[in-house]
Amino acid sequence: MRTRAYQHSLSSSTVPSGEPLLEVDAVSLRFGGVQALRSVSFTVNSGRIHSIIGPNGAGKSSLLNCISGLYRPQEGEVRLHSRSAEDTGGGADRTHRLNSLPPYRIARLGVARSFQNIELFSQLTVLENLMLGRHVHMRHSVLASALWFGPGRRQEIAHRELVEEVIDLLQLQAHRKQPVGSLAYGIQKRVELGRALCLQPALLLLDEPMAGMNAEEKEDMARYILDVHELAGVSIVLIEHDMNVVMDISSHVSVLDFGKLIADGHPDEVKADPRVIEAYLGAEDSEVAQP
Amino acid sequence: MAATQTGLHHRSYASELRIWTSRAQWIRLGLLTVLLLALPWVLDNYWLSIVNTALIAVVGAIGLNILVGYTGQISLGQGGFLAVGAYTSVILADRAGLPVPLSIASAVIVTAVVGTFFGLPGLRLKGLYLAIATLASQQIILFIVRRWGWLTEGRGFVDVSRLEFLGFRIQRETFEQQWYWILLIIAILAVLVAVNLFRSGLGRSFMAVRDQDIAAAAIGVNVARAKLTAFAVSSGFVGLAGALTAHYTEVISWERFTLDVSILYLAMIIVGGLGSVAGSVYGAVFITFLPVVVRGFAEFAGGFAPFLQAQLPAFQNAVFGLVIIVFLIIEPRGLNHIWTRIKDYFGYWPFRY
Repeated sequence: MRTRAYQHSLSSSTVPSGEPLLEVDAVSLRFGGVQALRSVSFTVNSGRIHSIIGPNGAGKSSLLNCISGLYRPQEGEVRLHSRSAEDTGGGADRTHRLNSLPPYRIARLGVARSFQNIELFSQLTVLENLMLGRHVHMRHSVLASALWFGPGRRQEIAHRELVEEVIDLLQLQAHRKQPVGSLAYGIQKRVELGRALCLQPALLLLDEPMAGMNAEEKEDMARYILDVHELAGVSIVLIEHDMNVVMDISSHVSVLDFGKLIADGHPDEVKADPRVIEAYLGAEDSEVAQP
Repeated sequence: MAATQTGLHHRSYASELRIWTSRAQWIRLGLLTVLLLALPWVLDNYWLSIVNTALIAVVGAIGLNILVGYTGQISLGQGGFLAVGAYTSVILADRAGLPVPLSIASAVIVTAVVGTFFGLPGLRLKGLYLAIATLASQQIILFIVRRWGWLTEGRGFVDVSRLEFLGFRIQRETFEQQWYWILLIIAILAVLVAVNLFRSGLGRSFMAVRDQDIAAAAIGVNVARAKLTAFAVSSGFVGLAGALTAHYTEVISWERFTLDVSILYLAMIIVGGLGSVAGSVYGAVFITFLPVVVRGFAEFAGGFAPFLQAQLPAFQNAVFGLVIIVFLIIEPRGLNHIWTRIKDYFGYWPFRY
């Protein structure tokens, strides 16, 4: 049997692995009197799975929304790094201040995301949802669309090829033509991951991709995330509640509690950090119960 | 997935993207072609004039469906945009002396610009609030059309000269037949343009805005731009329908473009099927023929129920309202979905599903 290797890279990151890709710098976010984020700073390095954990209401999703431009932090800065393609050795570093850009411009810089509560285009098919992931890479003129034959049709076919690779990677073949609204929850979550991947992201933000799943589904999803990371080389920021999953697949963990960053480091360090244990188990005074 | 697609094995993405793929579709297309070719010979002038009106309504309904059904922006401004198209084309053709094809093309562009302007509230408003904002655009445009004496040279209506371009002139004896061919070609082109739009990325971005505007922005769709483009494209179609109405009926006045018309067009796309080009066609034909059929019924029933004929307009309105209610309750996805279900029934037969 002849097999075909993937033709397209699903990652568009130009920053070499291990170097800073995203910097969150002293970000504070308030909703009226509620302080959602208090001067949060951390760095996401390229080629990593960087997890953000914390109890409910710690500000994890708010932080993700600040990165993808849905919320505007009152203070602080979010910076995305890229290298201009022409420069091979070293490359000129370009910094984009994300907090001054609208969401669609941030997506065009290669920041793709999934949502905690699935936000798919429910009346459209899996294929159409994934093709929409290609939106930023396509040209959209009214004339070319109306005429169809020529550039409009050519680009549909060209982009379909990458979409098919994502379908293959995430094993969505059976659902291609089904409206996503009618699919099972776990598959919808996968479609959302796929839609973000079709963007060929430099950075992928996943907001609780395993929420509400049973152990088996979680295992599958963890496998897909690792595939995306290892085969496609995509840098990932992951929000997840399941500690076992987080500790198993992350290369770096940041912990939020009441909008403050309380720990940041390797999973093993974070696991042993007394403040993290306190945030999760709720110890009184300074006496920390060791598990 | 529809049963009619089973057994079809595409070997390239190009073949999958075709409009007509299965043999059943080609057969239906052939039958439809025969029917459309035969109509002007089969029908008398009265029925052909209704067909012509329906063909214009098809163009307008597709336009409205692009905005309401596909992009999710409710609009009550249809009547106003029809008026913009009608008056623009007539004034450019009859007073500025532009050839009619050019005046109609200009009407399309002018209406698209006006539509985009009145679409601006759509950047901030959704749902019912947007409906009210577009209602305002309807009333503003109608107010201008009624009160601006220059438009009608103070007479309240405008006589439109008989269609004539490039040496071609509509003849009195074959008026309906000649218009039928013109309107049929335009309606077919309108259908093709709309179908093309929604199998390419631009149309998909409209549907993304309808289904989830936050997610659309998060994958890189400029939501504001998509909405305004949808308003422009939609109004372009509606402007075309307005211009055609003017040249076909040869007289225009403001009564033709009231809020009733906006609601009539909304009824067409609801009955036909929101977010479906085919549905727009079915709905436009259905709603155009409905009052005619009702009148026919009233005449037929006149012998034993003379009040039906005496109260015909009221009877027509009642049936019209009833039809909308019935569709909203029984089949909110419209005639298009009924047709899909019929095809599926025979496709899966003898199985239920």
